[in-house]
Amino acid sequence: MIQYIIRRLLIAIPTLLVISFIIFAILDLAPNDPTGNLPMTVPAEVREKIRISLGLDKPMYIRFGMWLNQFFINEPLNLLHEGWGISIGDVENRTRVLSWATRSPVVDLIIQRTPQTLWVVGLSYLFGIIIAIPIGIASAYKQYSWFDQIGTFVSMVGFSVPTFFTGMVAIILFSVQLQWFPMIYDTTLVVDSWGNFVLQVKQMIMPVMVLGLYNASQLSRFMRASILDNLNLDYVRTARAKGRSETVVLLVHVLRNSLIPVVTLIALGIPTIFSGALITEQVFRVNGLGQLLIIAIEGADIPLVQTLTFLFAVLIVLFNLVADVLYGILDPRIRYD
Amino acid sequence: MIDANAASEIVESETRHRSLWGDVWRQFRKHKGAMLGVLVFVFILMAVSIGPKLHGIDPNTINFRERNLAPNWEHPLGTDNIGHDTLAQMLAGGQVSLAVGFLAMLIALLLGTFVGVLAGFFKVLDGPLMRLTDLFLALPILPLLLVIIMLFRDTLRSLYGPEMGIFMLIVFVIGITSWMHTARIVRGDVLGIKEREVVIAAHSIGTRQRRIITRHILPNILSPIMVSATLGIANAIITESALSFLGLGFPPDFPTWGRLLYDGANFIQITPARVIWPGLFIALTVLSVNYVGDGLRDALDPRLRGR
Repeated sequence: MIQYIIRRLLIAIPTLLVISFIIFAILDLAPNDPTGNLPMTVPAEVREKIRISLGLDKPMYIRFGMWLNQFFINEPLNLLHEGWGISIGDVENRTRVLSWATRSPVVDLIIQRTPQTLWVVGLSYLFGIIIAIPIGIASAYKQYSWFDQIGTFVSMVGFSVPTFFTGMVAIILFSVQLQWFPMIYDTTLVVDSWGNFVLQVKQMIMPVMVLGLYNASQLSRFMRASILDNLNLDYVRTARAKGRSETVVLLVHVLRNSLIPVVTLIALGIPTIFSGALITEQVFRVNGLGQLLIIAIEGADIPLVQTLTFLFAVLIVLFNLVADVLYGILDPRIRYD
Repeated sequence: MIDANAASEIVESETRHRSLWGDVWRQFRKHKGAMLGVLVFVFILMAVSIGPKLHGIDPNTINFRERNLAPNWEHPLGTDNIGHDTLAQMLAGGQVSLAVGFLAMLIALLLGTFVGVLAGFFKVLDGPLMRLTDLFLALPILPLLLVIIMLFRDTLRSLYGPEMGIFMLIVFVIGITSWMHTARIVRGDVLGIKEREVVIAAHSIGTRQRRIITRHILPNILSPIMVSATLGIANAIITESALSFLGLGFPPDFPTWGRLLYDGANFIQITPARVIWPGLFIALTVLSVNYVGDGLRDALDPRLRGR
């Protein structure tokens, strides 16, 4: 197992390098000028100076190498220095990946935005899992019952309807008509008293619900299918023949086995919910990572876009690995050696 | 009466010639959701193709005197903040959204089938092509789509005009970023079919490889391709509207459902209908297509068919 993980990690390195190069190449080959958004009154020589100050006069492979160096060597060292006070090398003059728009280090911007995204996205995912599993179990156990019919219909609707529409409907209903929840997510709110805590909960309910229900509808379908696959297997008949109660058969024997593919699916889904959060954050005006990416794209802030997109790719590769490893741990029939 | 009908039907079905597609159709008809899906989808297709002629109002007519109107006889869905007729815009937007869905699906399908067949049929190509597929699957699609559109839209705009340029760009990028699942499924099926007797027999009588692929392999993988086609339309429509919703899709005077939703979002307190209608139609289209896909999958599955 350890060997397998190491092998996969070693494969991940060239994959990620290729991906980072693809992203870099797309951003670089694009016929887009970072000084294009400046006013027309800025003379050509000043533009040229700006381009040089951004490092754009150097050839592409040097800039790519610089980005790699800054992102993979300088940034981790800097985190070590700031986080744990361990200084390696020249701390003062280390170049970091700088945002073109704000001139501040990209990693700092990302760290600022991460908590909001994690709270909203993480909670909604948890919420989705918690409601999907019981619904899946109940639907599968009583297949074709009215509960199952309604459940499959709702989950079909749930994953067909895009979150930007459900989010908008939620806003119309609960913010505009009923005025229960605020329309805009306020990140400056500090939870220091009971009243603020209630406000925080209120503003989180809608995004968490909308994204959570979307996740739940996908997961409950898989849960249902997975339980149905297991219900007719021999070991279930054996367990019943032994005289185990239905509850034990369902919740101990069947559930444990049918959770295996669902757990790996949950792991695989984590990166995609970050891109789903791109939209949810835009709907509810949460200033998380998704919104940061949109702002960066609109402002043609290439280093920020490059780093964020690459981080999304890292998440995908990482959680693919996690899913495969989980599969190996949970399912004794699968051996990677 | 009902019994007699049923009995005669059984006799008929036993005597009548039964073809594969006849069986598929019979099974498909049993899936109520899928039939309803077909009806809804055909209705939407008819509406966006014939509707504009019946309605007769140009979607880009601006009339400041009739802005933010509630639904009335002249404007069945009301008007927006500069007096566009919402129904006319919905119908025009539907044409674009559906066209994007179909074309992007076609590109993804062609690419996916091509890669899948090559990888499954030629052993030498299997490794590299599947690594390429894995690489594409590891790309963060939505952020990349946003980046590509942002960076290339001005160039394409100047080359092909504002509408056509963006249209081609969006169709193209959605197409080339969503072929991977089709390729994987097709490859798996081709690997199985390659070992069948028909293919071996064809080899032994000296049939050329291209002929084996077109004559024996492709007809046999038609069913997974059809299922991924339905999923592809749904996926492309959602992606296009998501892009438009993020403000990086079509220009404002060129309505699509996603764009209408995005524009309507700022007026959600005055005219919530401007958000509801496009959203509802995106949802209905995707839902009906998904149900059709579900029914097709059941109907094309030989283990379920004929039960």
